[in-house]
Amino acid sequence: MNSFEWSSPRDIAQAAGVATTTVAAAMVSQSGRLSTDGVVFKAGGIDLLDLMKEGLLVPRGIVNLREIPDLAVIAQADDGGVHIGANVTLAQLAADPVIRTRFLALADVAGNSASPQIRQVATIGGNLLQRPRCWYFRSRDHHCARKGGEVCFAFAGENQYHAIFDHNGCAMVHPETSATALVALGAKLELTNAAGTKRVVGLEQFFLLPEVDIQRENDLTPGEILTAILLPPPAPTSRSIHIKQGETDSFDWPIADVAVALDTAPGGACRAAAVILGAASPVPHRAKAAEALLVGKTIDADVARAAAHAALQGAAPLTKNAYKLPIFETLVRRAILAVVRGG
Amino acid sequence: MLDTTLPDFLASDAQAAERDAVGPGPVPLTLDVNNVSHSLFIEPKTTLAEALRDSLDLTGTKVGCDRGACSACTVWLDGKPIAACMMLAIDVGSRKITTIEGLAHGDELHPVQSAFIAHDAVQCGFCTPGLVMSCAALLESNPTPTIDDIKAATSGHLCRCGTHPHVHDAMLDASRIRKT
Repeated sequence: MNSFEWSSPRDIAQAAGVATTTVAAAMVSQSGRLSTDGVVFKAGGIDLLDLMKEGLLVPRGIVNLREIPDLAVIAQADDGGVHIGANVTLAQLAADPVIRTRFLALADVAGNSASPQIRQVATIGGNLLQRPRCWYFRSRDHHCARKGGEVCFAFAGENQYHAIFDHNGCAMVHPETSATALVALGAKLELTNAAGTKRVVGLEQFFLLPEVDIQRENDLTPGEILTAILLPPPAPTSRSIHIKQGETDSFDWPIADVAVALDTAPGGACRAAAVILGAASPVPHRAKAAEALLVGKTIDADVARAAAHAALQGAAPLTKNAYKLPIFETLVRRAILAVVRGG
Repeated sequence: MLDTTLPDFLASDAQAAERDAVGPGPVPLTLDVNNVSHSLFIEPKTTLAEALRDSLDLTGTKVGCDRGACSACTVWLDGKPIAACMMLAIDVGSRKITTIEGLAHGDELHPVQSAFIAHDAVQCGFCTPGLVMSCAALLESNPTPTIDDIKAATSGHLCRCGTHPHVHDAMLDASRIRKT
């Protein structure tokens, strides 16, 4: 890891003015020789240290956001929803009584991410902004398209953990499992710049497909700080769940994960449905056909099975990841039934 | 650092923060480890694991993967287990660090340490300090853990010798010893 300057401001606007670039921009090069003059943000620092230890990011300076007051608070929002400070840790989220009661999918995903040691330090903001886990992207020996190179090595290579949807030029899957749940819950992000101006953007719209910009996963601009995650109040009759399928029972990123949120009339038909597939595409993938099939129906095992089948519409597996299709179909069916049955 | 030549109107907040930057060379900082305050002079890039091992000679904390993936470097930060390899020493601030060296009271072992010995929960021993720290932290928050609680608390730990079943037995025993 390279040596760097360190500052730890106590004020968001002040911090925003010090960073000169984003982590994504600082990792792009034409020749594979990285810029060493960028100043970047750090929250929990888990992904940042990982990238720096691998020599994939060589910043001149780090701006620590962890000392900024009030960014680590979960608070009731004016609209009855919840305002989650970007520095709230995954451990905090998993243990929070309000999140556990009203936003179970998020508590599930936070409590099952990484290891207990990482959850204690990793923030939800950093989790949402982490770089892809694709092994070609994480390898210094592979100057892939996302880092300014010419090709995506996954298409002709080892692509068993890669995307089955929307892999146009880059076959990465989005690494932030929390986003699967947060998109299902209708989350928005609050971003603050050096002038103190806040913009609010839907999390689903924040993520960018490779065909839009292959060198960054989201619409974060230099100097902008992700300050909060905003969850709208769920309808009293809605429920959510997140299911993660790993390759083993010990901690790892999922090979497939699914979040389902359903608003169901008491004893009656489904009024609104969100079915989101994680680790399926470069962004959290909304299974629109499955959602359309659920709305207006009284959900039983047959409806759940049909919706699960529809969730894979448009899938285009690569040479080594067609095994993901039946896993996703099973997870979607289980998640729908678990929400309906309250289990 | 004096900046007397810079007119006030140019001294924006950003420049003020830039002047507050330290490093990249060694900087003085204080670490509270096992209830002892230590003054160090280290680079901002120094991880907590490196500071403990190289500056303070507390080599009980092991570094396996150096990526937060094996948990051999587990220490407590304000009583909670963290990976010391993925935390910068400069980021610890005033928070209290507890390492494996701080767990026993003199010659009196922590119940988890005694139980690890009794159940032979050690082979090569490299992952053991980290596992003991996770197990001891679990007992602090949950004095009567179930086997599932123990598996969850130790889920981050890799042990290539395969001692996990003995660790589980040791922990169940340690919680019984603590109760009596």
